[in-house]
Amino acid sequence: MEGLWNWGFVWQTLPILLEGVVVTIQISVLSYLLALVLGLVLALLRRNPRFWISRPTGEIVEFIRSTPLLVQIFFIFYVGPQFGVTIHPWVAGILALGIHYGTYTSEVYRAGLEGVIKGQWEAAIALNLSKYHTYRDIVLPQAIPPIIPTLGNYLIGIFKETPLLSVITIAELLTRAKDVASDHFRFTEPYIMVGVIFLVLSIPASYFVNWSERRFKRGYGRK
Amino acid sequence: MEFFYSIFDGVALESVLSPLLKGTSVELLVPLLKGTVVTIWITLFGSIAMTVTGIAIGLMKLSAFWPVRYIAIGYIEFFRGTSLIVQMFIWFFVLPTFGLEMPAFIVGVLAVGMNVGGYFAEVVRSAVQSVPKGQYEASIALNLPNASRMRRIILPQAIRLMLPPWGNLLIELLKGTAIVSLITLHDLTFEATSLNNANFQTLQNLGTALLLYYILGRFVIIPIVRALERRFNRGISRSAA
Amino acid sequence: MELMVRFEKVTKRYGSLVVLDALDLDVAPNEKVSIIGPSGSGKTTVLRMLMTLERIDDGVIYVDGEPLTHMPKNGTMAPASEKYLRKVRGKIGMVFQHFNLFPHMSAVKNCMEGPIRVLGLKRDEAYSRAEDLLGMVGLADKKNHYPAQLSGGQQQRVAIARALAMRPKVMLFDEVTSALDPEVIGEVLEVIRALSREHHLTMLMVTHQMGFAKEFSDRVCFFYEGKIAEQGPPDQLFGAPKNERTQQFLSAVLDAG
Repeated sequence: MEGLWNWGFVWQTLPILLEGVVVTIQISVLSYLLALVLGLVLALLRRNPRFWISRPTGEIVEFIRSTPLLVQIFFIFYVGPQFGVTIHPWVAGILALGIHYGTYTSEVYRAGLEGVIKGQWEAAIALNLSKYHTYRDIVLPQAIPPIIPTLGNYLIGIFKETPLLSVITIAELLTRAKDVASDHFRFTEPYIMVGVIFLVLSIPASYFVNWSERRFKRGYGRK
Repeated sequence: MEFFYSIFDGVALESVLSPLLKGTSVELLVPLLKGTVVTIWITLFGSIAMTVTGIAIGLMKLSAFWPVRYIAIGYIEFFRGTSLIVQMFIWFFVLPTFGLEMPAFIVGVLAVGMNVGGYFAEVVRSAVQSVPKGQYEASIALNLPNASRMRRIILPQAIRLMLPPWGNLLIELLKGTAIVSLITLHDLTFEATSLNNANFQTLQNLGTALLLYYILGRFVIIPIVRALERRFNRGISRSAA
Repeated sequence: MELMVRFEKVTKRYGSLVVLDALDLDVAPNEKVSIIGPSGSGKTTVLRMLMTLERIDDGVIYVDGEPLTHMPKNGTMAPASEKYLRKVRGKIGMVFQHFNLFPHMSAVKNCMEGPIRVLGLKRDEAYSRAEDLLGMVGLADKKNHYPAQLSGGQQQRVAIARALAMRPKVMLFDEVTSALDPEVIGEVLEVIRALSREHHLTMLMVTHQMGFAKEFSDRVCFFYEGKIAEQGPPDQLFGAPKNERTQQFLSAVLDAG
């Protein structure tokens, strides 16, 4: 193929890449759900009064947070086979992204929980509410709304990092671009298109999150 | 050129460690530590790139001259709107076709540096804007020229504010260097995955690699940043303005 | 006559600071006790420990004949577990200085939460109880309002209704008017006054409202540095204080007007 930029190649490649986008979105959503649930669990564990629960959890969270996601992806994908268990690439990818981002969301949940006024906890004790009901009815409904925008940002973060999963054969956007590029011995259009697709999807999403953050702060009526 | 780059790979370290550790249970440390040398160099140069671009773009975003400001905004949107791996692939595979061919090492350093630099630019902008207005006014009252005012009054105070996020971004930089393993650089991740493809001892190989990254972050980078924070907070009382 | 509340050599420390110093305090059923004193004297801590918001360092607290802070275990007394606390805590209710209403629930929902979740009442039973109590504190027409839509005095009255919905035997009032604008203090005190007259309730109140304390209490306790410096019927304590510190405190308070 000749030339610096071949528009024909672009239109030819686009449908293949869009198929990859679908996979990217599916994986992002599934990983994000795992991250949301895991984050809350980790945040609650770190608040546990028994230090032999909260300290190890804290150390593990720090460890995962401060080490490269790429290495964690390889780890989860290949550690199973080492012990005789095969893991489907999607499972490995979703686990890796979900756990890694679960450590990020756990920090956000912790901030949200810290933001609930101490008096609310005390009123719940005064009414003799169980821990379960204290969290479910009183604390979480106050802790979560303010952190929703930040949590939303992490969905965008996961979405942008899914190309890392190309190293474990998941057929997301970057993998397809790599395949097209190696089939035609031409990298320029596929990779630039990947960049453009990410920009087109993530920039409006970020603006939406920022806009909703401003709206949230205004409309909730927090003192 | 070859010799120049040989400073930055871990071959020297490997030749020292290999006879010592070969045959022992920690034999895997030889290739991993060799890769760690490369990771450290990339992190070092990358942090310089990050700091320089961050300050440049951050200050550009504060410019009164709108073309400059828009360039900065475009830079930040691009580098934050796409992920490091996409950027690195574009620098490594696409730029050569436009005539810009660089050694992988330079590509790696610039890619991580400019990526994290995009985030640092926001930190810089925010820190400079957080310096109390009174400082600007006082330096105007003392009739200090513009550049001098920036350099001697505003920046030192902004630096104090920038340091903790800068430290966090250094950790992000360190994590980001793992991606250079995908553009043929023999860093820690590359050595770990190569080793793993040979003997499939994932738990040991990749587990140790993760530990090494953790050690670099928590026991090397963080203490350095803390020391810098202490130095820059010298003489500043807690109460203050 | 069985005591409703008994503090037996209760000590509370914050680090090296002793907030309650081997305190002995007995309260009879249906007795109305006011607790006054300078800040830091430990008076709020007394209420907070009774409501199990703070852990005890030494001594025992009994409520309605049963230990509160300790539980019987293998023949001796061990510090109470969370499970045990939940069994005995229900006898006590508390109203806070800063109301602590649940902002995401309406007034009636605030009052229903405890009865439904803890007492096991059905939704409509809890609703009618909440309605009645809100009516009793004069806020029947505001039952569907949210705390943000209520004045401080109204919020505090909802807080009282919320605490009463749990049918406690002991009601604690922790400086409940200190955060209120002067013009609404009266409506809250009126509710408390009615409560003390019409209901069989043991009441402990930490307050700076000396006039109200004098009128409402059976007994007034003056706290100083973690101990009761002086206590007695209001006429006696306010009229002819025996302790020097009591005199100093009362004259300082009266000066402030």
